[in-house]
Amino acid sequence: MKRGPRMADIASDDPDLEELIACPQCDALYVAREPASGERIMCRRCHHVLIAPRSGAFGRIVALAVTVMILMFGATFFPFLGINAQGITNRASVFDAALAFVDGGWMMGLSVAVAALIVLIPAARAALVVYVIAPLALGRRPWPGARRAFRWSEDLRPWSMAEIFVIGVAVALVKVSDLARVEYGPAFWMFAGLVVVIVLQDATMCRWTIWKTLEDRRP
Amino acid sequence: MQMDNMEDTGRQTPLVTARQEGLVACTRCTRVWPIGTDRCARCGTALRSRDRGSLQRVWAWLAVGMICYIPANVYPMLRTRVLFNSSDDTIIEGAIELASHGAVGIAIVIFVASVMIPVGKFVAIAWLAYSVAKPLSMEPHRRHKLYEVVEFIGRWSMIDVFVVAILSALVQLNFAASINPGPAAITFALSVIFTMLAAQSFDPRMIWDTNRESLSG
Ligand SMILES: [Zn+2]
Ligand SMILES: [Zn+2]
Repeated sequence: MKRGPRMADIASDDPDLEELIACPQCDALYVAREPASGERIMCRRCHHVLIAPRSGAFGRIVALAVTVMILMFGATFFPFLGINAQGITNRASVFDAALAFVDGGWMMGLSVAVAALIVLIPAARAALVVYVIAPLALGRRPWPGARRAFRWSEDLRPWSMAEIFVIGVAVALVKVSDLARVEYGPAFWMFAGLVVVIVLQDATMCRWTIWKTLEDRRP
Repeated sequence: MQMDNMEDTGRQTPLVTARQEGLVACTRCTRVWPIGTDRCARCGTALRSRDRGSLQRVWAWLAVGMICYIPANVYPMLRTRVLFNSSDDTIIEGAIELASHGAVGIAIVIFVASVMIPVGKFVAIAWLAYSVAKPLSMEPHRRHKLYEVVEFIGRWSMIDVFVVAILSALVQLNFAASINPGPAAITFALSVIFTMLAAQSFDPRMIWDTNRESLSG
């Protein structure tokens, strides 16, 4: 790719535009190149990671996303934590934590929001990722609506707060510890595992590779 | 490994932006199109070379976020009752209470997540939005770093809302003890959500534009 006058031609008739890539954070323009597996291509100016493919990533992403869905189901309904003080015991599931705000009218909205942030959105993201990536992992054409599904999954990313909830749990346990004895239920460990899997899954996903594959295999 | 050692987009050539080459970049999938294209044909995202209108949205979300933060600090976050003693704690009182019980580390976590991060975010977003409208001397790399920190850290303020949710669900021991959420929980959550929307509305590409470039858009 030559710089300078030739670029004008490229802009007008665009066969080569496919080869170019612009940093979403600072607009710097580069010629895209498929890097070796495990290599990361960063923007020279703002150091935003542009391309970071892993070999066999599609299969692994699908496996991790399915794991997220299974763990989330278990973590939501099994006993999460229990406390015991002066002979009185109370157990709460993750679902109970979301429903903690149900009593007053206004507080209801907060319950819905908490349920969404810690359960519904992480689960929805995992389902969307499976829908988008599973056919790609099998070497097939994307399923209908795959582009929209991947857009939604990306838009939901900042609102998926399972990992923040885990830190909240740690803080709450310290507060409770001088009031009562704490019992850890199976859902507690499932949720902790879930957070690790979500972080792994996001680290394995190279957005550029996925968008490019969706484009290349467009029906 | 960086981009510049491939082909001749190299160290010698100064960096060009998509806009300078008459192209508009898709911020979602990084594909470029001739300027004037409405929508990215690869991922379907609406294309804008620079989203100048985004500044108005940034200021609007930031304003509601700051307004919600005031009642979040005035009203109680937690209502704790142990036997016959009950107390209403605001965010700050809750942190002080923790520190007085010896849990200084946790008190610091709560204080950082609920006070320092939100207030720091208000200042940082306002500064970023102000600085692209009236280019100041601060170097783009440092402003961009600030933007990245704001984007990354904003969500973590939700910690205190989750703490209240778990405590209220867990500590329901009839007469012995109970914890219930106070009205500040909802305004605090709203404040975090609105500030996240403010940060998301900001178009970081404006940080890098020189005066000449940023005039139209
Ligand atoms: Zn960049
Ligand atoms: Zn796109």
